[in-house]
Amino acid sequence: MDPILFAIFAGIAVVCGIVMVTQRHPIASALSLIGVMGSLAVLYLLLGAEFIAAAQVIVYAGAIMVLFLFVIMLLNAGAEPKPLRSSYLAGFLGVPMVLALMGLLGYLVKRSFPLDVTVRFGDFTGGSAKAVGDALFRKYLLPFEVTSVLVLIAILGAVVLARKEMD
Amino acid sequence: MHSLHSSQSLWLIPVLPLLGFLINGLLGKRLGKGAVSLVAVGTVAASFAWVLKCISALMPLEHSHIETYGTWIASGALNIPVELAIDRLTAVMLLVVTGIGSLIHIYATGYMSHEEGYERFFAYLNLFMFFMLTLVLANNYLLLFVGWEGVGLCSYLLIGFYYLKLSATNAGNKAFIVNRIGDFGFSLAMFLIFVHFGSLSFPAVFEKAKALSPESGFGWLTAICLLLLVGATGKSAQVPLYVWLPDAMEGPTPVSALIHAATMVTAGVYMVARSAALFVNAPIAMEVVAYVGLITAVLAATIGITQFDIKKVFAYSTVSQLGYMFLALGCGAFSAGIFHVVTHAFFKALLFLGAGSVIHALEGEQDIRHMGGLRSKIPVTFLTLACAWVAIAGVPPFSGFHSKDEILLAAHHHHPWMYWVGVITAGMTAFYVSRCMFMTFFGEYRGHHHPHESPWVMTGPLAVLAVLSLAGGYTHIPQFLEPVFPLKGGEHDSTLVAISVAAGLAGIALAWFLYVLSPETPKSIASALGGLYRAVYNKYYVDEVYYGTIVHPLVDGSKSILWKGLDAGIVDGAVNGAGTLARMIGGITRRFQTGNIRSYAAWVVLGSLLVLAAMTAMGGSSL
Amino acid sequence: MPPPPPVPLVAYLTLSAILFVLGVAGFLIRKNLITMFMSIELMLNAVNLSFVSFSYHLKQTDGHLFTFFVMVVAAAEAAVGLAIILTVFKNRATLMVDEVDSLKL
Repeated sequence: MDPILFAIFAGIAVVCGIVMVTQRHPIASALSLIGVMGSLAVLYLLLGAEFIAAAQVIVYAGAIMVLFLFVIMLLNAGAEPKPLRSSYLAGFLGVPMVLALMGLLGYLVKRSFPLDVTVRFGDFTGGSAKAVGDALFRKYLLPFEVTSVLVLIAILGAVVLARKEMD
Repeated sequence: MHSLHSSQSLWLIPVLPLLGFLINGLLGKRLGKGAVSLVAVGTVAASFAWVLKCISALMPLEHSHIETYGTWIASGALNIPVELAIDRLTAVMLLVVTGIGSLIHIYATGYMSHEEGYERFFAYLNLFMFFMLTLVLANNYLLLFVGWEGVGLCSYLLIGFYYLKLSATNAGNKAFIVNRIGDFGFSLAMFLIFVHFGSLSFPAVFEKAKALSPESGFGWLTAICLLLLVGATGKSAQVPLYVWLPDAMEGPTPVSALIHAATMVTAGVYMVARSAALFVNAPIAMEVVAYVGLITAVLAATIGITQFDIKKVFAYSTVSQLGYMFLALGCGAFSAGIFHVVTHAFFKALLFLGAGSVIHALEGEQDIRHMGGLRSKIPVTFLTLACAWVAIAGVPPFSGFHSKDEILLAAHHHHPWMYWVGVITAGMTAFYVSRCMFMTFFGEYRGHHHPHESPWVMTGPLAVLAVLSLAGGYTHIPQFLEPVFPLKGGEHDSTLVAISVAAGLAGIALAWFLYVLSPETPKSIASALGGLYRAVYNKYYVDEVYYGTIVHPLVDGSKSILWKGLDAGIVDGAVNGAGTLARMIGGITRRFQTGNIRSYAAWVVLGSLLVLAAMTAMGGSSL
Repeated sequence: MPPPPPVPLVAYLTLSAILFVLGVAGFLIRKNLITMFMSIELMLNAVNLSFVSFSYHLKQTDGHLFTFFVMVVAAAEAAVGLAIILTVFKNRATLMVDEVDSLKL
């Protein structure tokens, strides 16, 4: 069953990713990014990461992407115009570099992991909310608390940045 | 060396004046004069009280009591703790510094009452107390050096206190620069001590030094001691670095009394006495100390005879008396040297404060040719100054007699001819102080001011110091210091004592004859001596010689070679060249900075591609 | 019909690599600041997938924790980043990245 699920959602992720990159309109890009995130959530489930899958849907696909959509609509961002001028490096070397990156990454992945290492649903149960919470509040307590400071600073930064020019 | 006593909070002793410095230095302008004097005098007096409390709690103080407050520097083998220690030597110095310091602070509240920068003056004075007490209490050379440099700084600040006067700022600079030469020697000595003893802590160094046998030739121990002596000659105004002290009289008179007579200038004596364990094993260095002291004593005494500025006379007298102390140290009579530090602090502080009272009475007049007959006009000042006079002249049984006697006996024990030179110097000392006294207080008044007696805040300390000058000889300091410096078994030769007393009385009598009975004789003697008199009057042209041989060549060389050649040519050239090179490289590399975000991103991608390629090529990245 | 062969771990990692490279490509191709920002989010997601895959492979929960922290940071980043984009738009009335290039010379 899981090979089929993997095939379906991996396919959706890749297609949505391509659409996100190629679409000129930010709303289309944002919606396809939500598609990528949703299918990734399913893949997380297949890998036994229940908690992360839920967080992916709620935090990423939910909260963060809504923020993106909100800003797009607030700024009334339209489709990109045709390229007028661009970075020479990005323009001429962009596609070859991206292809080379893909090739190298693929080669490295293939070299590092033999094909007989397989994934079967249910083999790993360490991703439950209980296990994750356990690790979070014991082993990673300090980083967790530090993150709270980070988030606080981010909120303050966002408020300061957005406040003055809104008048 | 563990003490049986519990902590005495020794740190309070230096920190109290520091507190006064902070309060007066930061808030002084808003406090008003009353509060400033209260803080300044109060903190020093509190420090004095705390010294008394600590000493009485620690008596009999046979061993040194050490308090550690943490680590200051820990770097490899070098470990410098913040450590204060008190033994009998420190106790004596503490009592002198805080006791006389308190008296002079009280005096200064009267003396400085009409001056600009009242709070600045007391802030500096309190800061000086802090550093001086740190110097005395330190239990290692580096902490001592902190105090050493700090008192030098305060001395500079206070000599140049009237900073609108060019001569005052120049005198401050001179003191500071000449002291740098001495500090240079002190620093080198510390390096050598650390190299050879592996520590800078007094107990550790002296423990190891005691195990050594006396050096027969010129070894590293002698080198250390000579370098320490270089430091001491700078701070304590010995030949050849004494030239700054007479000029230092540009500072306010309480400063001259406290820093340039009673306390700071004896720091060199204290330091050498503290390092006695090193010096006793370096006979050559000891001999040099004795010679330096003797030469200084004679030289300064002869100059003192010819001067007309009342403070200059006392300044050369200070240099001369410091020479006596070094003579004592060089003869191995460390306790006699410290004894003289104490009695000298009493009578010299009194001389300066009395001179200050005279100057105050005459509204700034310092030339004794314009004084005279003041005996009846300012009787309290005269009476107290007379006490200092008999004390420094070595009239028995007053304080100067006792300590000078100890020194001369030790000198006789060392080399009999040193005793005779010392006796002649004692005669000269008696002569010039008497000359000064007679010209100031006897005969007809030659000035045109209206002398008035000083207020009680000034005469009070004078009276206390007068009592100390008279009775200070009975403090039995050499006996008290016996745990630190074993008493020398020198016989008490009453003939030698009688000769030195006679020399002192002869000096007074000669002065009486020359300046009271026939006041015209000195002028004819001076003209008869001609060139010799002029040479002495002009301080042997030492300043001129220093200017000609050291200062001018240095300044000219610095201007033509170092400034125009090295600085403008090579250093500036290198700096400008570096700037030009940076601009050139920047001109090329700034083309990378297009300001276009995607261009930057492309560079990042290119970079990560290269990293990945390198990883792939090197065959890494397998789990 | 025989059951399909099990999915190799390599497949997950390759998917992660594809999504990451798509993110890179998007960052290079797109001119809209917001879309570029979304490309960054896509790269972060790709890395998250790698973390979760490794976590599965090593049978350890730590990878999930990393993913969790990445999410937190991403949220903070989104808040600040979007605020910056708002400010840029207020000041320059454009979202086109090529027109925001005063950071040169």
